[in-house]
Amino acid sequence: MIMEKEFTLPSPGHSLTPSVSEAQASNETKPVSIKKTKRKEIMLAYACLAPSLLIFGLFLFYPLLKSVYLSLFLTDPQGRVAEFVGMDNFREILTSEMFYKSFGNTLLFILLTVPTGIAAAVLLAALTHNKLKGMKVFRFIFSLPMAVSVGTGSMIWMILYHPTLGVLNYFLSLVGTQPIQWLTDPKWAMISIALMTVWMNLGFNYILMLSGMQGVSEDIYDSTKIDGSGPFRTFFRITMPLISPTLFFTSVVSVIGAFQAFGQINILTKGGPMNSTNVMVFNIYQDAFVNFRFGIGSAQALILFAIILLLTVFQFKFVEKKVHYQ
Amino acid sequence: MNMRLLPKSFVYIALLLGSLAVAFPLLYTLSTSLMSEAESAVYPPPLLPEAINLSNFAKVIDTIPVLTFIGNSLIVSIAIMLGQIVTASLAAYAFAFLRFPGKTLLFSLFLATMMIPWEVIMIPNYLTVKSLNWLDTYQGLIVPFLATAFGTFLLRQTFLQLPKELFEAARVDGCGHVRIFLKMVLPLSIPGIATLGVYSFLNNWNMYLWPLLTTNRVEMRTVQIGIGMLQFEEMNSWNLILSGVLLLLLPSLLLLALGLKPLVRGITAGALKG
Repeated sequence: MIMEKEFTLPSPGHSLTPSVSEAQASNETKPVSIKKTKRKEIMLAYACLAPSLLIFGLFLFYPLLKSVYLSLFLTDPQGRVAEFVGMDNFREILTSEMFYKSFGNTLLFILLTVPTGIAAAVLLAALTHNKLKGMKVFRFIFSLPMAVSVGTGSMIWMILYHPTLGVLNYFLSLVGTQPIQWLTDPKWAMISIALMTVWMNLGFNYILMLSGMQGVSEDIYDSTKIDGSGPFRTFFRITMPLISPTLFFTSVVSVIGAFQAFGQINILTKGGPMNSTNVMVFNIYQDAFVNFRFGIGSAQALILFAIILLLTVFQFKFVEKKVHYQ
Repeated sequence: MNMRLLPKSFVYIALLLGSLAVAFPLLYTLSTSLMSEAESAVYPPPLLPEAINLSNFAKVIDTIPVLTFIGNSLIVSIAIMLGQIVTASLAAYAFAFLRFPGKTLLFSLFLATMMIPWEVIMIPNYLTVKSLNWLDTYQGLIVPFLATAFGTFLLRQTFLQLPKELFEAARVDGCGHVRIFLKMVLPLSIPGIATLGVYSFLNNWNMYLWPLLTTNRVEMRTVQIGIGMLQFEEMNSWNLILSGVLLLLLPSLLLLALGLKPLVRGITAGALKG
């Protein structure tokens, strides 16, 4: 307060008021010095941003720098820095088979979950984007998986996937198919994890798609009706281009999300069988929190960060050009 | 497929099949959670219980501290949600209505935080929280998440859509920023704040990796970590596991039923048109 008073200078705005002190006494009802208001506004702005910046600083930017620091060192199990090793951690990762295996697994996981997840969400959103009766109920049902977390979802699917008593294998036996070792067969484990993940993410993707479609103006549909355009043609020629911003946004978010998948893998397969579901985040978790090699873990985390960053930049630079903004 | 151009019956058949597929895991959970232990262990698995059997829920609550887990998750999720609403609305007000040097730079800094996945920085954060002696505490679970770039953008967008004339009139009347913020901007932005609230709560409720790293004591576990106990304690009685799962699902199901509308509206406004 004292500081603010010191900086108060008479200004043209004040010629109408008898004196500066009186203007202040009447508590902001009369124009005050422009400079003072400006300074006050700046202080207020920084005060408003301070809590967010403090948290971001402590738990986002500082740890990012610390990751870089840790990645250059060997650490003891307490996380204390033991020895400077320079780029050795990175060299070790980039020559280890496990790293490439987990990278490949992550890419496979993205390929299995992102396109299928988006296609399923688009289909369901298109089915419920109309004025027929009962749509509220169907919309709620399709958003339901959003309430399912990775913990509860994994427990449910663990039981569905049970090799001998599980209901999925029972359904397969009804159509005369051999039972599948969903989580213990290296050929099937990743597919099973992906199927469960697509289901778990369906609620959010569906909501995104539905709100994208609701944003398209009704007039456009009316005019296609008059033109006699069939349902499939209308969908691929009109609806898809018009919701392309939503499609783009959802794919960017889904890819980033897929890179981060961890819970379902930790609960259902622990990265196995034969490392067939060992994705990058799981590998980092193992290195850092099971083997207590924080340096190697940090180096891997930075590599993961670089990959996500590059891929996102790529998506914005090249894919977004094909997006049709209204 | 512009569905209004297809025959109604076709749309309804597709919708019913789709609902069955999407809801099946949850219906199966509900059905099994009501079965007796003998029933749930039969092969082929029965799809519906013979009689409704509510004793499973009491038994689960006796076996593992379900209510403690739910309580912990509620405390953590609500605290983060409220904290995020406060920090995000303050920051959003600054970005929407105040002029200050470095605005563009700080705004891009906020934008940049969305690019940093939590997994990338979890190791140093774990070490920080450990050095603060915050392992197995509520503050360890809450404080790192008290700021949100997504929420700031969402609320900034909401604030910018409010009628400008209103604030100009208030300024002319001598209203200060604090009063405008508390008495006008916040009340008028309740829909946007509700969106952030629902979104934030569901995210916090579903958090898995961070509570896994920072809690060890059973009393501090959240729902997502605690649920793993079912896996070991009651591996052979599916009726018990799934009634536990159902209990732990209830709060978020309830919130989804109440909050679906603001969520849909807010995601459209904030994430896509932002």
